[in-house]
Amino acid sequence: MIRKRTVALLRNAFAWLLSLFMFVPLLLIVVNSLKDRVHANAMSMRLPNKPEWSNYSVVIKEGKLVGSFFNSLFYAGLSTALGLLLAAIAAYVFARNRTRLNRAMYLFVILGIAMPINFVTTTKVMQMTHLMNTRLGIIVLLAVVSVPFGVFLIHGFVGSVPRELDEAGIVDGCSPLKLFYSVVLPLLAPVLVTVAILNFMGGWNDFVLPLYYLNSSDKWPMTLAVYNFFGRFQVNWNLVSADIVLTTLPVIVIYLLGQKYIISGMTSGSVKG
Amino acid sequence: MLRNKTYPYYFTWPTLLLYAVFFVVPGLIGFYYALTDWNSYSDEIRFIGLDNFRTLFSSGENYMGYIFNTLKFTVATVVLKTVFGLLFALALNEGIRLKGFHRVMIFMPSIIPMLVVGLIFKSVLNPATGLLNESLRAVGLDFLAQKWLVDAHWAFKSIIGVDTWKGVGYIMIILLAGLQSISRTYYEAAEIDGAGAWHKLRAVTLPLLAPALVVTTVLNLLYGLKVFEAVYVLTNGGPGYATDVLYTAIFKEFSLGRYGVGTALSSLLFLVMTVAGYFVVRLMAREEAEA
Repeated sequence: MIRKRTVALLRNAFAWLLSLFMFVPLLLIVVNSLKDRVHANAMSMRLPNKPEWSNYSVVIKEGKLVGSFFNSLFYAGLSTALGLLLAAIAAYVFARNRTRLNRAMYLFVILGIAMPINFVTTTKVMQMTHLMNTRLGIIVLLAVVSVPFGVFLIHGFVGSVPRELDEAGIVDGCSPLKLFYSVVLPLLAPVLVTVAILNFMGGWNDFVLPLYYLNSSDKWPMTLAVYNFFGRFQVNWNLVSADIVLTTLPVIVIYLLGQKYIISGMTSGSVKG
Repeated sequence: MLRNKTYPYYFTWPTLLLYAVFFVVPGLIGFYYALTDWNSYSDEIRFIGLDNFRTLFSSGENYMGYIFNTLKFTVATVVLKTVFGLLFALALNEGIRLKGFHRVMIFMPSIIPMLVVGLIFKSVLNPATGLLNESLRAVGLDFLAQKWLVDAHWAFKSIIGVDTWKGVGYIMIILLAGLQSISRTYYEAAEIDGAGAWHKLRAVTLPLLAPALVVTTVLNLLYGLKVFEAVYVLTNGGPGYATDVLYTAIFKEFSLGRYGVGTALSSLLFLVMTVAGYFVVRLMAREEAEA
């Protein structure tokens, strides 16, 4: 009995230790974002004497954060919508009409989960489609990159929507498109939310696509802006920290609100009960 | 066929078209451009045969080192994330209060942009003022304090460490879900047979966890071969070229305007990963059909 309780105590202590280990580096940034320059350069966990909220206003102005915030929102939001739509309709047809061709196309699309992007030749395609250094270009690429995993997740879910509903819809005289968006799509809501959150976070966190394909700084998203800011203000860790906090805050908020969907999405397809 | 009318093929065309044009076509035309001298200095693109690949494999260049680094990173992160992920999952599987809270905390680094994690650890690993060395000195372990990202001996290990810190929570969550799906009855049966903790782990847990372990390994493998941001932000390949991996080398070729060589490197990766991906995808599709 005592042994059991010691084990339980140790387990809980370990859990706290682990949580702390994951959280301390993040806390470090928050703490230092509120210090003045001299104290922040030591980058210690010591709490600031008096919180310097002005760091945030400086960063927002110097780092052009308002513009890049809306860029990020625009890229992540629109690419999520486009990617979701593309993935949902394809996954729906692949799952419902199981011909050899659709099966092959399904495998072809989810092969993208493993396929690496050839960034160099993608420039060629971007030039040919006149999307180089454009906002639309980034949105299209982000959406396309999200399609394989989206198709995979949604395809698995469509199977659980009873086909009888489709038949009822047809009897009621639905066109194929109407059947999809007014009968099936609402029933896919749980998986669509999961895919949407994953896509949005992927779009928000992405750094590589804009690094390759956006030269003008007024089109930069938060990630690229913060990297650039770091290059200019390396010695001002208080400002860099504040910039990091502002970049990360939206993702953390989405994560805390939607963690149920995120965790189920990121682990689904991997564990079958 | 009624089915082709209700679920028409043309519904999938926009998806297939965009996916093909922006994802697959760049991969495929890479095999042609890898055989050319395509660069940013001239508009003319000439066919030069296997010269780019000769450059990649010549002993005077560092490219083999980058490939080797990529493999080293991949193997190291697969092993570390799996071992620690499994260890953490086993420890947290039962008897934990505030389980939801701990899960949220441990998963947190996985959702933060790698770029941000990189910047944070540039500070934490700073040799003079970083939190890690400061803490080591505070508890009297000065000899363990290293020039983490600066010293060629430690830089790559540090990158692997940071990446493991970020990724281990994700792996743990998958394995935890796998552990929870194992029925208690197996353990009860094993206990009746007189199995100890070690025996139960080997005879019950690990075999039943195998499918989840396969998935985490595949995920880590695919991620490891494609690693870019972790290296780019933490060291940008330095000191010298000691920590460059495939994708950072490709970016450098791209920045220098040497598109031909960059494409050749990309195409190598594309070939290997697409072939490997074919088997992965077959596996994923099969599991789904069974479920």
